[in-house]
Amino acid sequence: MPALVVARPGMLTTVQDLGRWGQQASGVPVAGPMDAYSHRLANRLASNADDAAALEVTLIGPELVSRGSLVCAVAGAGFSVALNDTPIDTRSCFEVPDGSRIRFGSRGPGARASLAVRGGFDVPATFGSRATSLVSRMGPFGRALREGDELPVAMSAPRVAPRGKPLQLPGGGSRVRVLLGPHDSMFTADAVTALLSSRFVVTPQSNRMGYRLAGARLERRDETELLSEATPMGSLQVTSSGQPILLMADRQTTGGYPRIATVISADQPAAGQLAPGDWIEFVACTRDEAVDALRRQEAALAGAGS
Amino acid sequence: MLIELPPRIDDRTNARVVMLAKELKARCASRLRDVVVGYSSVTVYFDPLTMDMGWLEREARAADDGLRESAAIRGARIEVPVRYGGESGPDLQDVAAFAGLSQADVIAIHSSATYRVYMMGFVPGFAYMAVVDPRIAPPRRGSPRERVPAGSVAIAAGQTGIYPIETPGGWHVIGRTDLKPYDPIRADPFLFHPGDEVRFTVVPVASAGGPS
Repeated sequence: MPALVVARPGMLTTVQDLGRWGQQASGVPVAGPMDAYSHRLANRLASNADDAAALEVTLIGPELVSRGSLVCAVAGAGFSVALNDTPIDTRSCFEVPDGSRIRFGSRGPGARASLAVRGGFDVPATFGSRATSLVSRMGPFGRALREGDELPVAMSAPRVAPRGKPLQLPGGGSRVRVLLGPHDSMFTADAVTALLSSRFVVTPQSNRMGYRLAGARLERRDETELLSEATPMGSLQVTSSGQPILLMADRQTTGGYPRIATVISADQPAAGQLAPGDWIEFVACTRDEAVDALRRQEAALAGAGS
Repeated sequence: MLIELPPRIDDRTNARVVMLAKELKARCASRLRDVVVGYSSVTVYFDPLTMDMGWLEREARAADDGLRESAAIRGARIEVPVRYGGESGPDLQDVAAFAGLSQADVIAIHSSATYRVYMMGFVPGFAYMAVVDPRIAPPRRGSPRERVPAGSVAIAAGQTGIYPIETPGGWHVIGRTDLKPYDPIRADPFLFHPGDEVRFTVVPVASAGGPS
């Protein structure tokens, strides 16, 4: 069976599909890519279904060796990628002959890239998903990839999907839209103003679970203890010290901190491209605007417009 | 979409959200991405591009109207044998000190009540059970432990639970069980479900001096 073999794992390379949905009521985290848009784009470039298993590469990319000839595609952060030391154009898919070495090099804007291979990785699924959850150690390896790991590649009939536009990558920071709530009324008016008018910085204490943000302290006027409930991706939960944490792909299913706002689905991929040290700003929008932004993003992924 | 009932830890409120989640899934599961029960809330994940929010709200109201107030569901009854104290329960001493009771008293109080599984969360298979007698329910530890072994039975802030896998954790560990709250190769990987009733039983700890 054709495969990719990990020669060097990079900083944090994990197998991801679009997430382990449907089991959150039993405490099973969704996981999945930090930037689902680029995951889907990479799969489309490789002629896969959107939810095929691909690799998520973080900040420092891996080195991989092919067994059998493969077709690969990369989307997301602006990494230079070399095939047997020859730089390749990642705007479309590329052929990888048997025994070739794919090497991720220097990184431009963005923090994470998705590497898809035609057919998808044929690794075991748990509850129907091949996504890696680092916290609950669920997924094909239950951890980040290491040197020597082998990723078998499935053979499947390529499906031709129209190729969309790449995600607009943040250069040093990103302004994202939020829906206020569900617990914004528990905060002071000053806290809501500070959230929407000041700049926050992604601290080094940030990972796939969430970004701890440095910036204005968000003070509460209502100190009522909340009962735990579901915590969607994009939730901005605020700890008792007033520090906001943006919950990302590997978040836990539930939590008890108040959530002052939620980053809209269409802007979560851009948030997923932030690295420690990058800034983030929040702008309020309406539910209709959020749905409209998502619709336009789907159109961009489908290659509509230009 | 978040459906909230008055925020209370009580059986009736929780029974209603458990049933509402069930009813919603029965009505439109194939069109929902996920339904998550909280202590007093239900969260529904859906794709707003393929599902009309207004329609979903109407479905939720209809599902709620269909619930009969009195029809509190009875979950499974599960017994959990626990080795309390010692290496299995490194925080039993602290909890006893907090309570001003002996370790034996803490064990007796913890193992004499029936707890309800209110919700699942944190990691796969972790059940939030309540209500723990306030005398033996100190707040969370000041700093979480780096590693809490799988099977650890712990209490904090009026709740008790069992760590399904080794993780960091901020609850007070008072014992350990061999039961597996999450076992991927069991027919139902999850031992607990919201609405279940749980009792802890005391496993005598063999002492170094042989049988007593």
